Amino acid sequence: MATAAVTAEREHYLNKEYGIRSWLLTTDHKRIALLYLISITFFFFVGGFFALLIRLELLTPAGDLVQADTYNKLFTMHGQVMIFFFLIPSIPAVLGNFLVPLMIGAKDLAFPRINLLSWYLYIIAGAIYVHCILTGGVDTGWTFYTPFSTAFSNTKVIEAGIAIFIAGFSSILTGLNFVVTIHRMRAPGMTWSRLPLFIWAHYATSIIQLLGTPVLAITLLLVVFERAFNLGIFDPTRGGDPLLFQHLFWFYSHPAVYIMILPAMAVESEIVACFTRKRIFGYNFVAMSSIAIAVFGFLVWAHHMFVAGISLYSALIFSILSYLVAVPSAIKVFNWTATMYRGSISFTTPMLYAFGFIGLFTMGGLTGLFLACLGIDVHVHDTYFVIAHFHYIMVGGAVMGYLGGMHFWWPKISGRMYPEGWGRLAALLVFVGFNLTFFPQFILGYMGMPRRYWQYPPEFQVLNVLSTAGSTILAVGYVLPMIYFLWSMRYGKIAEDNPWGAAGLEWKTSSPPPTFNFEEEPEVTWEAYNYEEIAAPAEVPVER
Amino acid sequence: MFDNFPLWPARAAAGAGNVDALYIFLVALSGFMCVAIFTMILVFATQYRRRRGVEAEQIEGSSALEITWSIIPLGIFMVIFLWGAIIYFHERTPPRGASEVYVVAKQWMWKLQHQEGQREINELHVPVGRDVKLIMTSQDVIHSFYVPAFRIKQDVLPGRYTTAWFRATKPGIYHLFCSQYCGTMHSGMIGQVVVMEPSQYQAWLSGGGTTGSLAASGESLFQQLGCTTCHRADTQGRGPNLAGIFGKPVQLEDGRTVVADENYIRESILSPSAKIVSGFKPIMPVFQGLVGEEQLNALVAYVKSLSPAPSGAAGATSTAPAGTKSQNP
Repeated sequence: MATAAVTAEREHYLNKEYGIRSWLLTTDHKRIALLYLISITFFFFVGGFFALLIRLELLTPAGDLVQADTYNKLFTMHGQVMIFFFLIPSIPAVLGNFLVPLMIGAKDLAFPRINLLSWYLYIIAGAIYVHCILTGGVDTGWTFYTPFSTAFSNTKVIEAGIAIFIAGFSSILTGLNFVVTIHRMRAPGMTWSRLPLFIWAHYATSIIQLLGTPVLAITLLLVVFERAFNLGIFDPTRGGDPLLFQHLFWFYSHPAVYIMILPAMAVESEIVACFTRKRIFGYNFVAMSSIAIAVFGFLVWAHHMFVAGISLYSALIFSILSYLVAVPSAIKVFNWTATMYRGSISFTTPMLYAFGFIGLFTMGGLTGLFLACLGIDVHVHDTYFVIAHFHYIMVGGAVMGYLGGMHFWWPKISGRMYPEGWGRLAALLVFVGFNLTFFPQFILGYMGMPRRYWQYPPEFQVLNVLSTAGSTILAVGYVLPMIYFLWSMRYGKIAEDNPWGAAGLEWKTSSPPPTFNFEEEPEVTWEAYNYEEIAAPAEVPVER
Repeated sequence: MFDNFPLWPARAAAGAGNVDALYIFLVALSGFMCVAIFTMILVFATQYRRRRGVEAEQIEGSSALEITWSIIPLGIFMVIFLWGAIIYFHERTPPRGASEVYVVAKQWMWKLQHQEGQREINELHVPVGRDVKLIMTSQDVIHSFYVPAFRIKQDVLPGRYTTAWFRATKPGIYHLFCSQYCGTMHSGMIGQVVVMEPSQYQAWLSGGGTTGSLAASGESLFQQLGCTTCHRADTQGRGPNLAGIFGKPVQLEDGRTVVADENYIRESILSPSAKIVSGFKPIMPVFQGLVGEEQLNALVAYVKSLSPAPSGAAGATSTAPAGTKSQNP
């Protein structure tokens, strides 16, 4: 094709400069996004490897594959790697980094050097954490509960704490950069009400990152100091309070759930709009529900502590507030569903992930209602019911969103199309494997199987075997995209500038975009999701 | 039917049925919502799949719809909240006169002592139909006392008491799990709750050798430690008279008033100067580190057993409800 030849010669962000220096010293948000992509993919497979070992150990009731201490380290490091080194940076630092400036018509983020700094902080944190893994690991559970973490664990708590402390600053800097960029760098005509919902959700996410993460930093510092210098803050024999830690920890770590899920919602809105060829139903409500989630999310932390020994009345308050935060999430699901009404729907890989997201997020959200309910939470707290619930949100929601987004914007990022048939197969495997892995855990939880158990009574075995079987399917579903994305970088069909016929400024520049994103500064004169003005591609590119 | 593949936990305590009922309601509600949403998506996805020459119809949204699907879920949520709150309130309020079992958790075992004096490890024997209140503390990290068949769970913390209660309804042997991660053998910190018919329970109770009730051993400890020097049974002591203080408000030197519950007595023994009773001086020695958790439990049980009336027979029975037959051997 003639266009292909032209594209190959055109200068863009990938071929502008070559060499390791041009990547490690880049201030281009798109290149930094790719640096993040490579780093978080590494940690995703590290965390996934731990998860597979956990599932293999749980294949039989006896503790037989690994030692008890090893098992405790595996679930601890699985959680910490997946949350702090994969999920929290995943969509914001990769897709957000790449897309926020493109979507609002800016040349780059407001602080390009701080953006690079945030990646370096992430890498320093990651290196410390990997060192921690290789030299013995940590066994406190990802939650670092005191006084176990401060006075009883014999593992590398301080090192892990410092690693996560530093990773937190990388997250804060990303959030700061997004807030300033969205306020100050919008192209002429890009008013707040014309912003893509992707931007609204990232704005909400950034606010949580900015306001919540410092609390995590303080909390981890207290744990490190208490362990190193024996301060006694969380030690009851010296007037300290172990529950204080839980309050501080969840003050960040509950909102952190929204750091993970809001960006997935951001992706969901873009994909649903594009493949129904419609403006999102109830734009204002979807935008404001992101902000509402960010605000209410800060007021529900003690719902993790209903059996921890907090007062009866504070439990009542936190239960009712938790139900309030469920409303904006429900609003989003209803609006995405309504968007499909009278649309023109095509079943591309990103849309399959979007369907999967709605299904799994809905189930995760509904089971959240069980946990916010005091009478039920007492029984299912700290059981596999909780494990299943938050994996439905964080893996079923956040990872489905991430993968959907990666497929949707891959043509823009790489300039190539991924193989559509393989994409659909992987999406199907992920969906089936996920449900087989985690649905049995709801039943296990209600039956009373506690979490973090290395060995368990034999009556729980059948459901655990199902779960382990599912995890192998899930693993194949995750490895496939990595293979064909890499393959497509060389052999994939050359992508057009706007292969999906999508609205949004990022599709108005070339694929891949030039270093400063647009040949000339765009001026926005249209509303978001003006699909009535954009011709649908005659056929969505399909490669078989 | 499903001996090796049960799908529902045993139900063996009063209140467990209420939890199950609410759970079934939530499962039904969630099932309905899932079916409704998934059916809509399925219908839209087939009905409105992309066809040549058919354009999507642009619809801006509808405030009426938005308000409807915000208010209705909120209403349903409030029903769930209230229902759950009522169950929780019941679970968190031990009935008066429940017989008491003191639980000390440590890495990685459960030590239990009945008010009658029997000690058990990783096992708890209880009769059907009796209210049992657990007064729990930990010697090291946070643990959690979880009996799935009773649908109860309560974290057990170092440095304070937490409580839980149940009334077993069905004889049998049920799992006792530690559900708060507590280190290497967390998954080995399990035991069993043996629920017995009252007659069998009496036999079990009289079978084991015991040195007397918990309160009685508390009383001798109270004398050994010299507490009696100041805490006298009249108003002449240098410390407050402890008779009948349990459960009553206490006026403090700094003007506050606190209720003398288990945690207050515990704190007053371990760090007496934390809350000085009005009219007394902070002269009591600190017992932090001098008495172990189990001795502390005995002391607390003793103080609780002191009735203001002529207290010749200070014993565990004074906390039993009027009308229950004495469990003293």
